[in-house]
Amino acid sequence: MTATEELRMPVARTCPFSQPEQYVRMREASALTRVQIPGGKEAWVASRHEEARQILGDRRFSSDRFLPNFPFLAEGGAAILTNAKQKAMIGMDAPEHGEARREVLGEFTVKRVEAMRPRIQEIVDGLIDELLAGPKPADLVEKLSLPVPSLVICELLGVPYADHDYFQQRTMALIRRSTTVEDRKKASEELREYLSGLVSAKEKDPTDDLLGRQIVKRRDQGNYDHDAMIGLAFLLLVAGHETTANMISLGTIGLLENPGQRATIEADPGKTLLAVEELLRYFTIVEGATARVATEDVEIGGVTIKAGEGVLVLGYAANWDPDVFESPEKLDLERGARHHVAFGFGPHQCLGQNLARMELQIVFDTLFRRVPTLKSVLPVDEIPVKEDATIFGLYQLPVTW
Amino acid sequence: MKIIADTGKCVGAGQCVLTEPALFDQSEEDGTVIVLNDTPDGELVEKAREAVNICPSQALSLEE
Repeated sequence: MTATEELRMPVARTCPFSQPEQYVRMREASALTRVQIPGGKEAWVASRHEEARQILGDRRFSSDRFLPNFPFLAEGGAAILTNAKQKAMIGMDAPEHGEARREVLGEFTVKRVEAMRPRIQEIVDGLIDELLAGPKPADLVEKLSLPVPSLVICELLGVPYADHDYFQQRTMALIRRSTTVEDRKKASEELREYLSGLVSAKEKDPTDDLLGRQIVKRRDQGNYDHDAMIGLAFLLLVAGHETTANMISLGTIGLLENPGQRATIEADPGKTLLAVEELLRYFTIVEGATARVATEDVEIGGVTIKAGEGVLVLGYAANWDPDVFESPEKLDLERGARHHVAFGFGPHQCLGQNLARMELQIVFDTLFRRVPTLKSVLPVDEIPVKEDATIFGLYQLPVTW
Repeated sequence: MKIIADTGKCVGAGQCVLTEPALFDQSEEDGTVIVLNDTPDGELVEKAREAVNICPSQALSLEE
C-alpha cells in the first residue's frame, strides 16, 4: 500500500477541544495506516487503542532513534541526536533500557513521590501568592505552568535555593517560543555546564536528593560515571518540564471551559486524581515519544509491518477511540478511565508519571480553591496554541480574576 | 484467585499501587512490584483485575 498525498504527518492541532479530522478518518478506516512523514519517508500510523498498546508493549518494536527508518515528526530530529554523546534512556531497547531504568526507578515510586507532596504544595502556593500580588491580567503560562515543574525539578535534583533564579531563567529560555535559536543554544550550554558543576559538587558532598543518592548508589555498585549523571539530570529536566507545563495550561482552560465539570472536583477534591487522568486522556499532548521501528516482520491489525519499517503510535487518536472511551470528545472528569496511553505504554511508559500526576492534582485543587473567580481573558479560539510543536500546549493563557 | 507478578517484566510505573495500595507496593531499591496480598477477595478482586489491565508491562496476571 502506498501513502496518499492526503495522509501526511504531522497534522496540526489547531483547537484543544477537537481532534484533527484526519485522525478520525484514519481510525475509522483501519487500525494501521500508511502515511508520509517529513523527509520524504513513509511510516505506519497506529490510531486505535488496542493496536497502540500492542505495539508499545511488544519488544519486536525498537525505540532506537539511530535506526535508519526511525520516524521523526520533525525534520532534523535525527541530526539533533547524532550530536548526543550518549544514548538517552528514551532511545534504548532491552536489556540495556531495563537496566538503566531500574537504576533510577526507586526515585519515582508512588511513595517516594508522595513524600514530595508538602514541598510541591508550598511551591504552588508561593507562585499563586505572587500571581495574586501581581498585575491583572497575567499570563498563567509564565506565572504558573512553567515555574511549577521548573521548581519541582530543582527540588528533585537538589539545586540549591540560591541557584533557583539562574536555573529557572535558563530552563525558561530553553522552552519559551520567542527565544532565538542562538539564545536557546546558549541556554542549553549554560544549563549543561551548570548541571556538570552541580554533579561535581554532589560528588564531593552527596546530599539527600536524587543526584546525591544516585552518586552514592552507583559508586557502591562500581558503575559511577560523571557524564551519565549529567545526562540523567538533563533528561529529567527536559522530560519533566514542558510536558507538565502544557498539561497545567490545557487542564486549566479545560476546567475553565467546563464549569459544571469543575464543580465536581471543587465539591470533592478526593475526585481530582481521577479527574487528572481524564485531562491527560483528553489532551494527550505527547506523540513524538511513541514512535518505533519493527525489528522483524510483525502481523498486527490486519497488516504486516515489515522489519525496518517505522510506526507512529498516535496516543491522541488512541485515547479518543470510541470503542474504548464512550463519547471521547466529552471531557468527563468522573469517567474513571485510567487505561489511556497519554504516558505511553510498555517498558518506556513515562518514568515521571506519578510526579506529573501529583503536580497536576495539587495545581488544579489549589488554583481553583484560591482563585475561584479565575477566567480566561481571551475566547478559546483566540488563545495561541502550539499547533506546530511536537508537544501540544498553549503559548500563552492570559487570565484575570 | 491468585495474583502472579513477574518482577523481571515490571517497569515500575506504579500504576498497580495507585489502583490498590492494599494489594501492591514497590521496592524502594528498584521500584519493581511487591504483591502485599496475592489472594484478594471481596471488593479487592475488581481492583486486582483493574491493576492487571492497566499494567504497562504485562507483569501482572491472575490465576483464576
